[in-house]
Parts: sequence; structure tokens; C-alpha cells
Amino acid sequence: MSTTSAIFQWFPTILKGFGFDVLISMLAMGLGTVAGAFLGIGQISVHAWARNICKWITQFFRNAPWLVIIFFCIYLLPFEVQFFGTTIPFPAWIKGVFGLSFPVMGNVSEVVRGGIQSIPSGQWEAADAMGLSRWQTLRLCILPQALKRMTAPWMNTYAILMMATPLVSIVGVEDSVTIATSMLAAMRDPALMMPVYGLVLVLFFLYCAPIALLTKRLEARS
Amino acid sequence: MNSQPDDAIVSVRNIKKAFGPNEVLRGISLNVKKGTAAALIGPSGSGKSTVLRCINGLIAVDAGEAYADGHAVHKIHTAKQSIALRKDVSMVFQQYNLFPHMTVLENVMLAPVTVLKQDAEEVEERAVKLLAKVRLTGKEKEYPGSLSGGQQQRVAIARSLAMRPNVMLFDEVTAALDPETVKEVLNTIRELVAEGMTSILVTHEMRFAREVAHHIFFTDKGLIVEHGEPKEFFSAPKDERTKEFLSHIL
Repeated sequence: MSTTSAIFQWFPTILKGFGFDVLISMLAMGLGTVAGAFLGIGQISVHAWARNICKWITQFFRNAPWLVIIFFCIYLLPFEVQFFGTTIPFPAWIKGVFGLSFPVMGNVSEVVRGGIQSIPSGQWEAADAMGLSRWQTLRLCILPQALKRMTAPWMNTYAILMMATPLVSIVGVEDSVTIATSMLAAMRDPALMMPVYGLVLVLFFLYCAPIALLTKRLEARS
Repeated sequence: MNSQPDDAIVSVRNIKKAFGPNEVLRGISLNVKKGTAAALIGPSGSGKSTVLRCINGLIAVDAGEAYADGHAVHKIHTAKQSIALRKDVSMVFQQYNLFPHMTVLENVMLAPVTVLKQDAEEVEERAVKLLAKVRLTGKEKEYPGSLSGGQQQRVAIARSLAMRPNVMLFDEVTAALDPETVKEVLNTIRELVAEGMTSILVTHEMRFAREVAHHIFFTDKGLIVEHGEPKEFFSAPKDERTKEFLSHIL
């Protein structure tokens, strides 16, 4: 079988695996963003203890190798949980989502903290002088301004996450890289290696490059 | 509230404040009568702006007492007390500090609606009137970024007035403005004082202080060195530091 026809035959499966990569990255991003937003706001808490706890959690997950965190999640999380009599399964890919969401949480926490702290302190002072509570100030005055400044670094975080997503293939999740690898094993033709992995690279490039481009444009505008 | 002189609406007793090793206020006392304007003048770093912030509780004093419109500012602990004070004593800043993502009207309406929970329609009516008062009719839907510095500062004044305060604090409100827009802001303040709004002005505009204020306080190195009515203060200063300062400025 020629190289081209082999790739044509496997392309839909690889594409499906890539779709799985996209899904995993989006779920991890969603989870990491929600947790990171809380953590980031915690980093500017008026209470020193809360500030310190959030700062340490953030630094811990920002400076840990992603793969090791994924291993921890794979081996520490149960494969299913009992919840009021119903069994909720925890397949490897869900564990992968959790594993990836921790470093995202750390990074988003810093994005949120930086965005909030980039707003001039006069804005806080004016809101304070008008009697707004700290939470009202954050919600009505600071975050609407800070969100704009957070968008670009947040998207940057997502692009980094997407490129790290194939790490889940190491623990057996059926993503594009896993599928490409098993396809190559089945074909037993070393000549296919370059084109098949090349195809995966092109898919990632086509997905991530526009995001990077958009991020650059947003950065230029702000 | 017996510790406050009867005719004083703002009364500060021997307040002290240090930021780290830096003693900014070293025992400042002053009284401001209801319906009058007081000007705080003095060299940069003499603690004028800090005095204002101690009067509305933005900065907590280390020692001494501060009373403003019936509130014992140095004893405020709860959010409720703080809101009551902020409603009665309002402040305008050097950098205007408008919220850039809100329209002019939204800026003016924010505090009465979210803090005082007043009816939005009623507040809007009042806000439109206040904007007319500071001569900004037609700018309601604009964003602060599209206004000149002087216009922004007048929005900030309208925003402060929207709380219907009894005391207004002006912190070097013309210091960041272009010379041509200073006048319009000073005119607005002049009108407010003429209407009987108790005002405390930290300012470097000596001519304006002389003309508008009923009483001048001169601060230097965290102390009030000299105070008095503008006429005698400017024409016959007694203290050496006042003399020197005025000789540089006038």
C-alpha cells in the first residue's frame, strides 16, 4: 500500500483522535479557568493567610512538570466513585482532564492576579470613597477593566495547554498521538513514521497558529 | 458627639499617622465650620492629602480623633458605619479616577444605586440634573476617555454630589489638568461653595484659595504651622515657614 493511500485510510481516525485532544483541552481549560479565577482573586485577598495559601498553591502548580501531575491524577484518582448508590466511572481521559487542569489553574491564577493588579490603585480608592464594598469594587469596577487585559495571556495559556494535551497519550487516552502510534505499530512500515506524525503536527499547527495570531493582535491592541 | 464644637462640621484633633518610619501627620488639629470652605496649602509631602483621607476614613489614623458630619471617623469599624460616612463626606481626586468602562451617566449613578440602593429612575433624573449643573449636558452617554481632563474632573464632581453629601473634599483636583481647563473646574467648585457646600480643598492654586476659602491652613512637615482668614494669612503671614513658602509661590 502506498503512503498516501495509507494516510487517507487512517486520516478520519486520526482526525477523531485530534477532536478528542480538542475536547480534553477545552474541558481542562474550563475547569482550570474556574479554579484559577478563584485562586487568582484569593491572591489579592485582604487576609494574609488566604493570600499566602493561594500564592503557594499557584506557584506549586505553575512550577511542576505537567506530566508528573498527570501521573499523579492517573494513579491517585479512583477509576470510579460511588455517589448515592450510582457508580460514576472515571476513565483515563477524565483523569487526564483533571491532570491538565491543575497547571492551567496555576497559570490562570497568575493571569487573573496580574490583570487585577494592573488596574491603577486610584480606581480602588475612588470606589472605596464612594462606599462600595471590596467585592462590589472588584465585580463592578475592576474586573470589567481587567478582563480585557487578561484575554491575551489567557488565550496564550490555552495554546500552551493544547500543545501539551498529547501528554495524555502516555497514559493510554485515545487521542491523535495514541492513534497515530498504534496505526504505525499495525502497519510496521518505518517509512510511514514521518508522514503520519507530520500529519498530527500539521493538525496541531492549523489549530494553534490562528489562536497565537489572534493573541498577538489582542496584545497589540491593548 | 459633644466632643465636636457646635458650629464645626469637620473637626480633627491631634491626628497622627505614620507610614513605616515616615511620620506624615505629627498632630494635626483643625475645625471647619458648616457651609464654609477651608483650604489646606503647603509644600508637597507636608501631609495635606493624608489629612483629607483621614477625614473620610480612607486612611485610618494612628492617634487622635476625627469627626465629620456627626461621624466619629476614628472609631469606625463596621461596613454600615463606613457607608454612612461615605454618603455624607465625599471626595474628588487629582486623577479624577472615573471608571473608564462606564458612561458618564453610569459613573454618576453607580454609588447611589449600588451602595445606597436608591431607585435607579430617580437617581438617573438627579444625575442628569447634576451633569447639567457642571455644564456637561449632552455628554451622558459618552465614555470618560473621550472627554478632556477638565470635563472628566467635572464628571467626578457630579459623581461625588450624587451621594448628596454634606461635606466635599477636593484633593488637588486641578493639579493634573491643562491650564485652559483648570478654570472651568474652579468655577464649578466656586459655585458649590457659594451654595453653602462645606468644602475642604487641598490646592496649589493660591489665588483660588485666597478668593474662595474662608479659612486657610498652612501645613509643613505634618503640622499645621499657621492658619487664619485668607486676607491676613496672605498679606501678613506670621510664621517664617509660611513667609518662605508664600515668597516662592506668589
